[in-house]
Amino acid sequence: MTSATGAPARPGFLARRHRSYYFFALPALVVVGAVIIFPWLFTVWMSAFDWKIGSVAHFVGLDNYVGLATNQRFIESIVHTFYFTALAVVVPLVLGLIAALIFHRRFPFRGLLRGIFTMPMMATPVAVALVWTMMFHPQQGVLNYLLSLVGLPPSLWVYSPTWVIPSLVLVEIWHWTPLVMLIVLGGLAALPTEPYESARLDGASEWQLFRYITLPLVAPFLVVAAVIRTIDALKAFDTIYVISQGGPGTASETINLYLYLQAFAFYNVGNASAVVVVFFAIILALALLLLYVRERAKWT
Amino acid sequence: MTDHTYDGPADPLRRRLLKAGAVAASLSALPGAMVIAQAQASFDWKRFKGQKIEILLVKSPRGDLLTKYHKEFEDLTGIEVGSEMVPEQQQRQKAVIEFNSGNPSFDVIALSYHVQKRQFAKNNWLTDLRPYINDKAMAAPDLDFGDFAKGGLNYAVEADGRVMSLPLNLDPWVVYWNKELFAAKGVAYPKSFAEMVDAAMKLNDPAKGISGFVGRGLKNANVPVWTSFLLGYGGAFTDAKGKLLTDSPEAIEAARMYQTLLAKAGPQGVAGFNWNEAQSLFLQGKAAMWLDGIGFAQPLEDPTKSRIVGKVGYGVMPPGPKAQVSALFGDGEGISTYSKKKGPAWFYLQWASNKANQTRMLQAAAGAPVRNSAYAAAQASSDFKAPKEWVECMLKSAAIAQPGLPVIAPVTEFRDVFGVALTNMINGADPAAELKRATAEFQPVLDKSEKA
Repeated sequence: MTSATGAPARPGFLARRHRSYYFFALPALVVVGAVIIFPWLFTVWMSAFDWKIGSVAHFVGLDNYVGLATNQRFIESIVHTFYFTALAVVVPLVLGLIAALIFHRRFPFRGLLRGIFTMPMMATPVAVALVWTMMFHPQQGVLNYLLSLVGLPPSLWVYSPTWVIPSLVLVEIWHWTPLVMLIVLGGLAALPTEPYESARLDGASEWQLFRYITLPLVAPFLVVAAVIRTIDALKAFDTIYVISQGGPGTASETINLYLYLQAFAFYNVGNASAVVVVFFAIILALALLLLYVRERAKWT
Repeated sequence: MTDHTYDGPADPLRRRLLKAGAVAASLSALPGAMVIAQAQASFDWKRFKGQKIEILLVKSPRGDLLTKYHKEFEDLTGIEVGSEMVPEQQQRQKAVIEFNSGNPSFDVIALSYHVQKRQFAKNNWLTDLRPYINDKAMAAPDLDFGDFAKGGLNYAVEADGRVMSLPLNLDPWVVYWNKELFAAKGVAYPKSFAEMVDAAMKLNDPAKGISGFVGRGLKNANVPVWTSFLLGYGGAFTDAKGKLLTDSPEAIEAARMYQTLLAKAGPQGVAGFNWNEAQSLFLQGKAAMWLDGIGFAQPLEDPTKSRIVGKVGYGVMPPGPKAQVSALFGDGEGISTYSKKKGPAWFYLQWASNKANQTRMLQAAAGAPVRNSAYAAAQASSDFKAPKEWVECMLKSAAIAQPGLPVIAPVTEFRDVFGVALTNMINGADPAAELKRATAEFQPVLDKSEKA
């Protein structure tokens, strides 16, 4: 067979070329298989066993999952996780957006103040948590002293079952609002100036400029920030573990803390594996939702 | 040099222990080994010269102290020491994982009795030390079990008489009390549980920011506070068949006392207090009584940290309606059953618990030694700063001490389940209902662990 130009055909050339490409991809496949796929499949496998380290494993099928579905403490930990995540995403997004709008304007010492504003991000989470623990102390903490200065009654902060999660979120807000601010600030810098000029000519107010031009244009960046914040908030462990250890009682026990207890304090590997699988399913569902929102928020 | 193995005929000590078959017998038998050991003209510390052993310690002032003096052991024995110090929680995880692998990286391991004793014994992870104790060539002259506090030996010896470790440090629970606050209201140190509650209520003065009592409310950490009362009420953790007694009338009374002291005479937010929050309140002179382990004298007497230097009373736990008991915690060191260098490891254990190291521990305020002679030796030294009252309190408490937690494998789950119940009580839940729920929740976990 010859081609239209008369040059000789090289049957199977493409296929051979692809085969050699596969060879080059092999190391990456091996690594991904060893560090992601195998542990994941092994976790699913272990979740079908009643296995405590130091004892013999018994195959129990779906018993661990049935146990979780009826375990009040685990169900509460899911609720706590969503409550914490929702607050720890929404509040920094709103505050970060406001901060970005402020720092987008020109004013004296803007660079210096922006630098100071981003400093919490650089602090180590455990160190931050230890400092906040001292600040939260109901009798000796500085927060209640500050409240007393403005005439407010003292709060129990993380020592109250009702307020523990909002108080923990306060630490997240302090720590991670600057990140949202930086992402949104980057977005604002990239916005075109023409829509603003024509809107001003048409007599649009500052609020209308923000509502109908800035917000839609900066929305994709907000979604990126939301995705990053959601991932961070869902996996939050260090701050909660250091400050409240999931307490008082189990009032701030998130899935991660419950998982840590099961796996590394009680050594219930089978049950902990089932928790991981359920947690993975929740994260997957949230990720799909966020991807959908991101598609919707794209500039068109 | 080959290592010692002891599978031969039972030696006299073992025979005595087997005959008695009880802890009490083994305790009385152990000093006998000392007589044998002391009878030696000279002890050959160099017999394992040239070997190397690995030690897994816990990151703590005691771990630091031993590590600091490892060179002394190396010079004495010619045995090289490789040591690793890991924070407590991680050390416990590492121990479980490495023992399960069947090839742990260490020959000697430090263990917390209240958490790891049953777990290690049940899995046979440690070496029985009786053959070494009884071997004239292996027991150093310094090893005098008559000098070891009974509470420590209770921890080291199993019910069947096996000696699985040497104890190093004891942590009996005591009542720190603010003498100034007591005097201001004309209240005397309590002589019973009822008086303790009365005193707490009288001294509680929220308007001045003073709490009558402070202690741990945080789940898990709070359990020893309740068990301190439980033991005084004459309660126990389990019966002979392993059935939990944690919802008995004594347990419920103890829980009511816990609830009253913390919820009615305790500071706001105490449900989230661990020892550090309690300590900072007491240090500031804002709490009249604080029930916790004995190891806090140093910060309380340090003028840079404490506002109550010289005003702290160190009180032995008052007698309960049935008994006067100090809840005891402690740690020691054992030899891995998988170790191929048990001889050198045994030498290390003896050195670590010798009088000199025990005295150093006390002088450095790194813990409360298990050997009684350390207290006299430390007090004779001019740089020993701990108050005399603290030493007396320690010795009296050690004499009435009983394990502050059940000696079971799933002790962390026990603390978690009952810890949540106790925290709920501070927030208003009914003690009887909470203990009933917690007992029902934990019984299957205990049954399963004992069957495994």
